[in-house]
Amino acid sequence: MDFSVLLSDIPTLLVVILGVPAVLVGYIVGAELLVRRLPDKNRPQVRPWIWVGPALAMVALFLFIPAIATLIQSFEDNHGTFIGFQNYATQLAGFPSGGVWIAIRNSIIIWLILYMILVLTFGLIMAVLFDRVQYETLVKSLIFMPMAISSVASGVIWKFMYWYQPIGAPQTGTLNAVVTFFHHDPVAWLQDQWPNGLAILNNLALITVATWGLTGFSMVILSAALKGIPGELLEAARVDGAGEITIFRRVIFPLMMPTIVVVGTTLVIFAIKVFDVPYVMTNGNFNTDVLALRMYNLLYLSHNNAAAAAVAIVLLIAVVPVLIFNLRQFRAVEARR
Amino acid sequence: MASVTYDHVVKRYTADVTVVKDFNVEIKDKEFMVLVGPSGCGKSTALRMLAGLEAITEGQIRIGDRVVNNVAPKDRDIAMVFQSYALYPHMSVYDNMAFPLQMAKMPKSEIEKRVKNASRILGLDNFLKRKPRALSGGQRQRVALGRAIVRSPKVFLLDEPLSNLDAKLRGQTRIELQKLHRDLETTFIYVTHDQVEAMTMGDRIAIMNAGILQQVGTPGEIYDHPANLFVAGFIGSPTMNFVPVTTSDSTAKASGFDVKLPKSVPAGKGTLGFRPETLTDRVGDNASLDMKVDVVERLGSDQFLYGQVGGDAVTARVDPKLKVEPGDTVKLGLDTRSLHLFDAETEQALI
Amino acid sequence: MSVATAGRLESTAAAGSLPWIAQKIQRSLLHIAVILLTLVWVIPTLGLLVSSFRPAAQIITTGWWTALSPPLQFTLQNYQDMLSQSNMGTAIFNSFMVSIPSTVIPVTVAAFAAFAFAWMKFPGRDWIFLAFVGLLAVPLQLTFVPVLTFFVSHGIVPDNLINLGLPPWIGLWLAHAGYGLPFSTYLLANFFRALPSDLFESAEIDGAGTLTVFFRIVLPLSVPALASLIIFQFLWVWNDLLVALIYVGGAQEVAPLTVSLANLTNSLGQGYQLLTAAAFFSMVIPLAVFLSLQRYFVRGILAGSVKG
Repeated sequence: MDFSVLLSDIPTLLVVILGVPAVLVGYIVGAELLVRRLPDKNRPQVRPWIWVGPALAMVALFLFIPAIATLIQSFEDNHGTFIGFQNYATQLAGFPSGGVWIAIRNSIIIWLILYMILVLTFGLIMAVLFDRVQYETLVKSLIFMPMAISSVASGVIWKFMYWYQPIGAPQTGTLNAVVTFFHHDPVAWLQDQWPNGLAILNNLALITVATWGLTGFSMVILSAALKGIPGELLEAARVDGAGEITIFRRVIFPLMMPTIVVVGTTLVIFAIKVFDVPYVMTNGNFNTDVLALRMYNLLYLSHNNAAAAAVAIVLLIAVVPVLIFNLRQFRAVEARR
Repeated sequence: MASVTYDHVVKRYTADVTVVKDFNVEIKDKEFMVLVGPSGCGKSTALRMLAGLEAITEGQIRIGDRVVNNVAPKDRDIAMVFQSYALYPHMSVYDNMAFPLQMAKMPKSEIEKRVKNASRILGLDNFLKRKPRALSGGQRQRVALGRAIVRSPKVFLLDEPLSNLDAKLRGQTRIELQKLHRDLETTFIYVTHDQVEAMTMGDRIAIMNAGILQQVGTPGEIYDHPANLFVAGFIGSPTMNFVPVTTSDSTAKASGFDVKLPKSVPAGKGTLGFRPETLTDRVGDNASLDMKVDVVERLGSDQFLYGQVGGDAVTARVDPKLKVEPGDTVKLGLDTRSLHLFDAETEQALI
Repeated sequence: MSVATAGRLESTAAAGSLPWIAQKIQRSLLHIAVILLTLVWVIPTLGLLVSSFRPAAQIITTGWWTALSPPLQFTLQNYQDMLSQSNMGTAIFNSFMVSIPSTVIPVTVAAFAAFAFAWMKFPGRDWIFLAFVGLLAVPLQLTFVPVLTFFVSHGIVPDNLINLGLPPWIGLWLAHAGYGLPFSTYLLANFFRALPSDLFESAEIDGAGTLTVFFRIVLPLSVPALASLIIFQFLWVWNDLLVALIYVGGAQEVAPLTVSLANLTNSLGQGYQLLTAAAFFSMVIPLAVFLSLQRYFVRGILAGSVKG
């Protein structure tokens, strides 16, 4: 590799690192000076808009307006002519295995349910168990580490975990090594359509990768909720005669429920929007397609912008109700604090 | 209904951190015993060892005749009221009180009877369906008491239950707690840092400092005959006056006055103690002090003078009708029957 | 007192008695469970790490665990090959060039806006704030087509930018900034709002202007929140694949690490050993950031567990 390339671009890097904040600070200082030229009573009227202005402009440009534009585009064809619900019809045709249905089934049923249950369960178990050992901080860091790496890197790590060698050859993938140790045939984890073509196994293989990455997140939040329970409450329960499991069932778990719901709904949103893991590991093949990936492929492989827009809207429709619920629960948890 | 005995109880965390040192006290059945002392003196730890929430490093704790060192909290037949009440926030008042009985696997009808009974005693009948967050501080405290009462325990343990209440409520609740104690006829062990609570509520008081039990006795005994300097200074408000003196035979010499002691003591240095109310403007033929007054506090029913006698700071409680201004010098008499003398080194009371 | 201390309850059981034995067994099971779980979590990464130091031929024929027993044959060849045969070296530079501005811009702009939301009054403030937070709901996929169209029609594409002598990632910076704003503003506005109002009142009495209050009172007091946000946003952008793919594509000179790694994964016929080293290479920076500043990262997550 030619490191000299790097060296010549370090100046660029510095210009960027220093220049960008300089521009922004210059903006606010300059704007403030302009505001000071105004008569006293106009200042508090104008000033807020200067401060909020850039943010408003950016979210309008990059989030709000495009969202509306996509909505409109989903009702047009690729030349801008209005065609009503045709894009949706094309995509939704061919139930149950045509068009976007595989992706819908995978995203909204398989990923949603399995991903949420796995991440929540592991997160909860870890939060509760780790709280009781002295080396808690160390093990939590280790579980949390996969969060720091990209899904692509996770994909690579697990690609090797899932490696399949034909029967008889020594297995190089960790999972197949374990499986053959127990005298079972090696499994092609990423392609296997078990059971009976429903393709739950290989989707589960992908979900495992995502779970591995995000359990740290759920563990951290659930652990904070767990530690928010006053210790005196548990002591009172012990003095009242409750055993450890009863304490968990009747005191700890109910008190953690609001947080569990917030985490659960956040996970549902992540599940519906997942892209990286299927893209890197199977590219949606072998019945592992998901909504975000399908949309991407329509955009870049088929260059079918309008259809991509329709799929994006389907994604939105799936996510919004969950998000509203999630935000309400989050507010309730915050209010309780 | 049982007595509680602490027998040479020690609590040690590490080799150099001993929180409770050789604690010995016998609490009689049905007694209201107050454990009092400054923060960190070990009183809460002593209580928690009795509850079974802390392990006992050395010694024995007995409830009645039964050694409970290795008995789990739930089997000790005690009930505890925590400082923060520790109510289950997700359960109603009724469920909070019913919880310990459910843990004891009591039949539902019996649970209902007991909860309703406690609720009646504490005036909680209208609140049974509410959750703790819908209750005021005083109401929450009553629920905490109710949860303890329903268990009909042998001993009630209370850990600073009044400290989260405002001053007025505290006064009312003090009275209610004393009535409750009388009605329930059970041993109460009460921990506090407030000496007023200790004096007003306890049948007997146990004062602790830095893990060591200083003195056990009735409020009267502790007030009139403090065993050492610490106890003398901790109990009573305003604090007892302490004046360094040199003793010889039956006389104590302070920097501003001399006084004749009721009995003879070894010669040497010591601390003379006398309470503000033992000073009076009627001098008589007792010891007399000349006090230069710095500050005068008139409280209507009392008058306090703060000033200097010789080189020592002294507080006096005098007749409210006495006319004194800051800067005056007054002659005060000292009642020698209520004198205390403390050894300069051991701080133990010699008189 | 936390659950943690109450969770490790001191045992009152007498040594040698039945309840004592039961408790000891329980403790052992607990430790076993914890260690087992942690091991399961660590093994995938460990496997790849070990593989990345193994000669290419061995990686495809034997499992990585066999490398742990003698004869120990480790090599740096994979890393050397990766750097010379793929564009990972350029890619790491690109990642910095993408991540730093994509962090600085949203955090700064969000700080300005959050300050206004928290401490200034203006018509519609609460509604606009609500809309801001609501935008967290928008799946990014919804925005790609229109924004891309906009970029293309205005020449904000890497090829054109390079011809103009500008950094090719400008579009990506702006997009990441826009996408990161709702979360950042939400986080900072909540934090700023929690600052005691006495501070502002006394500053006003002392004659401090808006800029002074912002730069010399609010910002210094907000360092923990800002640190958390910066780390969070930085890692998010560094590890992002989708947005980079959309706005910058896979061209070697401009692609960041994630895209390059993804290309490598999809294209390698026989050279899987490169992949092992490449994956680790891409993980070094985020792991370093994470390990040294974990505290802030965790705080960032706890402060707003809603990042759609």
